[in-house]
Amino acid sequence: MQQSAAESGSVESGAGVPVSRFPGSERIKKLLPGIGWTFLSVGLFTLIWEFAWFMGWADPKLLPPPHVFMGDLPSQAKNFNTAQRWQIGTGTSDAPSPGMAVLITIFSSTYRVMLGLLCAAVVSIATGIAIRYWSLFGKLTLPTITLLAPVSPIAWLPVAIFLFGIGDAPAIFMVFIALFFTMTLATITQIDSVNVNYLNVARTMGASKLQTYTRVVLPAILPGLLVVLRLNLFGAWMVVLIAEATGVGYGLGQVIMLARNTFNPGLVFFTIVLIGITGFLFDYALRLLQSKILYWVPKGQGSLG
Amino acid sequence: MNSTPDNAIVCKDVGKIWAQGTDRAHEALVSLDLEVKAGEFVVLLGPSGCGKSTLLYLCAGLESVTAGEINAFGKPVREPAPERSLIFQESSLFPWLTVSQNVTFGLSLGSANAEERRAVAEDVLSKVGLLAAMDKRPDELSGGMRQRVAVARALAMKPKVLLMDEPFAALDVQTRAKMQDFLLDVWRTSNASVLFVTHHIDEAIALADRVVVFTSRPGTVKEIVPIDLPRPRDQFSTEAMQLRMQLTELLSSEVERAFAEQEAIL
Repeated sequence: MQQSAAESGSVESGAGVPVSRFPGSERIKKLLPGIGWTFLSVGLFTLIWEFAWFMGWADPKLLPPPHVFMGDLPSQAKNFNTAQRWQIGTGTSDAPSPGMAVLITIFSSTYRVMLGLLCAAVVSIATGIAIRYWSLFGKLTLPTITLLAPVSPIAWLPVAIFLFGIGDAPAIFMVFIALFFTMTLATITQIDSVNVNYLNVARTMGASKLQTYTRVVLPAILPGLLVVLRLNLFGAWMVVLIAEATGVGYGLGQVIMLARNTFNPGLVFFTIVLIGITGFLFDYALRLLQSKILYWVPKGQGSLG
Repeated sequence: MNSTPDNAIVCKDVGKIWAQGTDRAHEALVSLDLEVKAGEFVVLLGPSGCGKSTLLYLCAGLESVTAGEINAFGKPVREPAPERSLIFQESSLFPWLTVSQNVTFGLSLGSANAEERRAVAEDVLSKVGLLAAMDKRPDELSGGMRQRVAVARALAMKPKVLLMDEPFAALDVQTRAKMQDFLLDVWRTSNASVLFVTHHIDEAIALADRVVVFTSRPGTVKEIVPIDLPRPRDQFSTEAMQLRMQLTELLSSEVERAFAEQEAIL
């Protein structure tokens, strides 16, 4: 409805120009300034870096400028090796092409992030609701959860390896355990801040406890939960690199570890760029999802822009 | 003071202490007696923080008394019930539901099917003049419209008592006057009693059969002023002016007392 209001507004200002001949073009026009500022921001940052290199302030061996590490993509891609030579029946020449290897590496890290985030979201939202729904359950679990919440994910790394060895499982577990406690606490905070009038209305109308939770509490906390989910997406990306650095076959964290061991700062920065772009795209996807699910939340409210 | 069937709500010696037993305990209401007859329009008038909203929450059953007893239609109030609908100062409509879904929320909790719900929604929304807004969302409506939807939601539960907690306080003056007329229409056709909280003297005079003036905290009934003027009421008639002066007099001494107490604390 807000869109339609905006469109009718532009009809007036557009002096009779038919608006919706190209329905998509309006949206692209609205997006353009944002895209422009993004490029300007990144461009400015790159320029300062290049300038520092040009002036000789930044040692190219330690801080290679963007044109160096982004300049030769094929040779950077050669560092991404996803061939599983240790597997029986796999020849050394069976490796995917370097370009494919980059994509496979990105995909496998993304897969771990997404699966870990999904598990953490489902389990922690369920736990948070259960804590408030059954007060005995809350009394039994909340102190432990609060105690474990500030523990750094790095402390869980050995646990992940003890329990799951190497491969996808420990990385997914790391993402899960890093997000679970804080997301559970965030869910509880959301439940506690539900407008008390909503609850009073439900009580007056004769809603049971279950109905109050499913029909009122859940939709009321959903906007806040999606913001929490988006913030934790970044957390998940941070954790997955730590987990991958320990030996999961391949992944972006493994590449960074390789770069460290072979003293290749260019590769580090190249990988950082890949992570940044992937994380940015996923944040954008979550934002689209958010506006689809939360049709009732006005734009710019409870959505972090 | 036995509760007879023609009494909608009877409060006997009601007291309420918030956070009783803690160091934040404070007394909101003390030995309050009040009867609201079936079909009567009673306005609770008093300074801010005098406990008039507290009384409304007690009558709704959302909070429990710490002394005395409240009866609704001869039965003690223990918990909320759809027959005693509370309407809040701010719109408490669920933003994720359409107007008609909001209005039939109470019915949807039970066994009412879609057709029954639609029939009720059409009925009550036409009573509040918002049939056309049926499929809109609350955030597309103005403040006054939202409060009308809130009234419609209460009416959908066929209430015997409407409890209204400064429902028009957030509206501008013109909208407020319209809403008062609208509420009187709804009240006349619904046969429900209304217990209406306000701190506006004009609003009390425009609406009430009887105005219950509260003392400052802890609140109790200071005086009950009957208003025997035919509706629609002329705010500027001699009688209305006299009532305004009388109520202002009653209120101002309480406000002064409340101020003096606050200053004594500082």
